[in-house]
Amino acid sequence: MSGEQPRVGFGALYRVFFWIGLFSFGGGLLPWIQREIVTLRGWMKDEEFLPGVALAQILPGVNSTNLAVFVGQRLRGAPGSVVAVIGMLTGPFLVMLVAAVTYQYVLGAPAIQAAMAGAAAGAIGMMLNMGVAAVRSASRGVAAILVMIAVFVAVGVMRWSLIPVVLVAIPVSVALAWPRGARDAG
Amino acid sequence: MRDDPLLGLIVVLAPLSIASIGGASAIYAPLQYEAVEVRHWVTGAQFLDLFAISRFIPGPSSILGALIGFNIAGLLGALVAMVALYLPSSALCYAVGAVWDRHRGKPWHTALEQGLAPIAAGLIMAGVLSLYRISGGDVLTGTVILGSAGALAWKRKLHPFILLAGGAIAFELAWLVR
Repeated sequence: MSGEQPRVGFGALYRVFFWIGLFSFGGGLLPWIQREIVTLRGWMKDEEFLPGVALAQILPGVNSTNLAVFVGQRLRGAPGSVVAVIGMLTGPFLVMLVAAVTYQYVLGAPAIQAAMAGAAAGAIGMMLNMGVAAVRSASRGVAAILVMIAVFVAVGVMRWSLIPVVLVAIPVSVALAWPRGARDAG
Repeated sequence: MRDDPLLGLIVVLAPLSIASIGGASAIYAPLQYEAVEVRHWVTGAQFLDLFAISRFIPGPSSILGALIGFNIAGLLGALVAMVALYLPSSALCYAVGAVWDRHRGKPWHTALEQGLAPIAAGLIMAGVLSLYRISGGDVLTGTVILGSAGALAWKRKLHPFILLAGGAIAFELAWLVR
């Protein structure tokens, strides 16, 4: 922590992830986290955030809780990670308890199912928006664009399993980015 | 020992936490095998019921494990299941993130950061495609996805509730006129 910015409070961190977690349907969570953390609050920059998005997807576990760990860790260290993950899971846990007791009366209704499917589609749209922005900012030259397309085709279109694809893609992509990265850091 | 439900939950779910690479769908098959066939926590029909419920709960779909925990050991079972499901993978992610943070600014770190960016972008777009497929892949879903993405491109700070509610209303209308 360099202290160039005021520290983010644990309460604020918890609240942000609580609301994201409570309304997370259909898996479009990463853009929502980006919106709250980067766009609205400026707690992190996009360049710090996007590697977290990659790590969150590559590492085992749920993407959104992994990203909460990454963000919490960056902002407030280990306690920050704990607070962010617990915040993220509080809402779903409470809804799960209610659902476990009441599901046969409520959730089977077709009208509810349609609404949930629609909300999920809206969330996928957020994901698409984030993807377009990520494609733009990652398009530093032909090599990066080729890596991007290769990963998309392999995982998305061909549905190859993530791990082997990533194990090949990371060394290739890093090697291609090496000269520029060394210069930028220098 | 094998009969203790809480210990059983930890033994079954903690490895799945680390095994769930690329999303929770990877854990369904082993979870079903353990919960139904090996340990008889729930019947096959109950498992399917709980699976359906888990799809209506916000958050990760692996929360199905906590539903099973609740079913066999009540509130404590649900809590133990949550810890077993999310602590191992979170701890691993934390360890990687801590190493990541410590080397900020070094040349290899910057190279890795720039090398990971196109991979992240490719994975996000692949995720969009697979979520679209899972959600049925029909015209209505595609339209809502594009509409939601377009609305967000138009107003960057648009609240996600509006996008979720817009999608829900569109599907509700489609369901009514069908």
